[in-house]
Amino acid sequence: MADISTMKASRSSRLASGWTRSKSILQRQGALIALIVLVLFGALRYDNFFSTYNFLTVISYNTTFGLIALGMTFVILTGGIDLSVGSLAALCSVVAALASPYGLLAAIGAAALAGLIVGLFNGWIIAWLRIPPFLATLAMLLAARGMALVLAKDATVSVNATPDWAALSQGILYGIPLPVFLILVYAIGSFVLNFTRFGRHVLAVGGDEEAARLMGLPVERIKLGVYAISGVLAGLAGVLLAGQTFTGSPNEGVGWELTAIAAVVVGGTLLTGGMGSVWGSLAGALLLGLVFNILNFENGFGFISLGVSWQSVIRGAFLLIVVLLQSRLVRTKKVR
Amino acid sequence: MAKLDPATAPVARRFVLPERLRNVGQSYSGLAALLLIILYDILFRPHFLQVQSLYNDLQEVAPIAIIATGMTLVIATGGIDLSVGSLMAFAGALAPIIFLSPLLSNNPLLGNTLALIIPLLATSLLGLFNGFLITRFRIQPIIATLVLFIAGRGLALVLSNDKLQDFHNPSFQFIGQGAVLGIPFQVILMLIIVAVFAVIVRITTFGRYVLATGGNEAAARLAGIPVNRVKLAVYTISAMLAALAGFVIISINSSSDATRVGLNGELDAIAAVAVGGTPLTGGQANVTGTLIGALIIYLIGATLISQNVSFGVAQMIKAAIILLAVYLQRQRKG
Repeated sequence: MADISTMKASRSSRLASGWTRSKSILQRQGALIALIVLVLFGALRYDNFFSTYNFLTVISYNTTFGLIALGMTFVILTGGIDLSVGSLAALCSVVAALASPYGLLAAIGAAALAGLIVGLFNGWIIAWLRIPPFLATLAMLLAARGMALVLAKDATVSVNATPDWAALSQGILYGIPLPVFLILVYAIGSFVLNFTRFGRHVLAVGGDEEAARLMGLPVERIKLGVYAISGVLAGLAGVLLAGQTFTGSPNEGVGWELTAIAAVVVGGTLLTGGMGSVWGSLAGALLLGLVFNILNFENGFGFISLGVSWQSVIRGAFLLIVVLLQSRLVRTKKVR
Repeated sequence: MAKLDPATAPVARRFVLPERLRNVGQSYSGLAALLLIILYDILFRPHFLQVQSLYNDLQEVAPIAIIATGMTLVIATGGIDLSVGSLMAFAGALAPIIFLSPLLSNNPLLGNTLALIIPLLATSLLGLFNGFLITRFRIQPIIATLVLFIAGRGLALVLSNDKLQDFHNPSFQFIGQGAVLGIPFQVILMLIIVAVFAVIVRITTFGRYVLATGGNEAAARLAGIPVNRVKLAVYTISAMLAALAGFVIISINSSSDATRVGLNGELDAIAAVAVGGTPLTGGQANVTGTLIGALIIYLIGATLISQNVSFGVAQMIKAAIILLAVYLQRQRKG
């Protein structure tokens, strides 16, 4: 678990805290364990579940959420929140579609740039104007949606489909399958959080902002950084969104921010900041995404027939179970 | 602005007057902004003052103002309720199922009564569930209510079998289409709810408990205030008001679409609360301010659109107004 306290933990205290540690592993890896259990369940129960095709489909489809959840992880680690990512992804899908005549690379660049600008603006409002992240990004949620509608002239924008885009809709980005791409991005995220100065600063700001400031950390710039990361990743998610349907859709992405927050929380990152794991968020995002897949397979069996709407009921139940378990773990830790 | 500050009041008696003036400024700047918008509307928006168009505006605001009132109480305890939009859909899906059911179709009076009471109770129970997660398991409000944000709309869809429920039921739809003395019923409902809760926050023990809980929870607990019960109550109230808002919306539409009823309602409500001058940190509640906030946000949107500004641009301007309002309030306290 990425936690600032491991930096200063001496060797003896590290040995002593073995028990606490195993508990914290349970908390960190809870989503991963649940994911493995769910995959095993699926593999044993359904014939075609454990196939490359199924995995590629599920992961490709959930890459958008995965990217957004990664950015959200960084934001939440500083103790903030970013509600703008869903509409930002919609805005960036429009930007990508508008830039698509110049090729896929231009579309990706334009969308990432748009995401970066909006993210920097979020960070500026939050860090320098001191507006609570919840309200600042709530306003940006409205503004990004509005901008998407303005750019798209209140309609969807079709993508100028080149072979690159066709491959992307099949889940392949420049020869890299999306699942590999997703894992690559998460590896970079994990590296940044655990092994770079910026990553440690992010944890320090989330752990205790005042202390971080007194230690001389550039708190404002760190906050600017995490919202920028979140913006860029939402921009990439927008490109994938445009790739899925060959359209820039200004009305897509409603509620994605809250799904991403759910994925991050399920992944074991504390909303109060300062503690969490990047891989956990990936497990959380895939866990929430897999529910739909399992539901499809189960319906294929014919014993039950649960519609798409059950998906959100089951997702909600998942979130409930995980936060209940976490609340127990966190509480016992405080008592000690 | 209802604000609990008994500790400093007697000591700082000498500064009471400037403090008061500042409070007045704080309380009435929202109102002043609203009056400016209304003045602009009177001058430049055709038919604004006609009764029909005025009522139309108020009708649109009513559901948001109703859930925002509950949200004000929740935020005053230092919490937040993301589930209200989904709960609107839940109550909105449940009511037509009851009054359209074949069992009750030959007894409309019983049907309508049950269609009001059962969803109201069921939704309140879900609100109680929110409160239970927050008090018993100490889960942060934003996560605890995220559960029902996700699951609530799912439940509504499951209940209604993913179908749009169309209906024609004048006595139930009185909530959204009826009028008393010419005034639309939901406008009266909104005004009553706002007035009742404004009074509750100001003068009742419960209101003081709510503010104390949000102001300093540990101190409130030590002072013997039943913090947990207060929280359970505010989340239940918030859910109950969400159910009422859901009734209003399905009555206006003559149909219940679980995918759309109350969509983004929680965000609209939070924006109204913030613009109305209640800080997200808790300890303060400005119920009338919230109504003003809801009116400001709605009227700006409506005015811009009536001036042929596109919906997208109107959204961006709304966002700027929300930021500006929150920024100015932060300045004043700083």
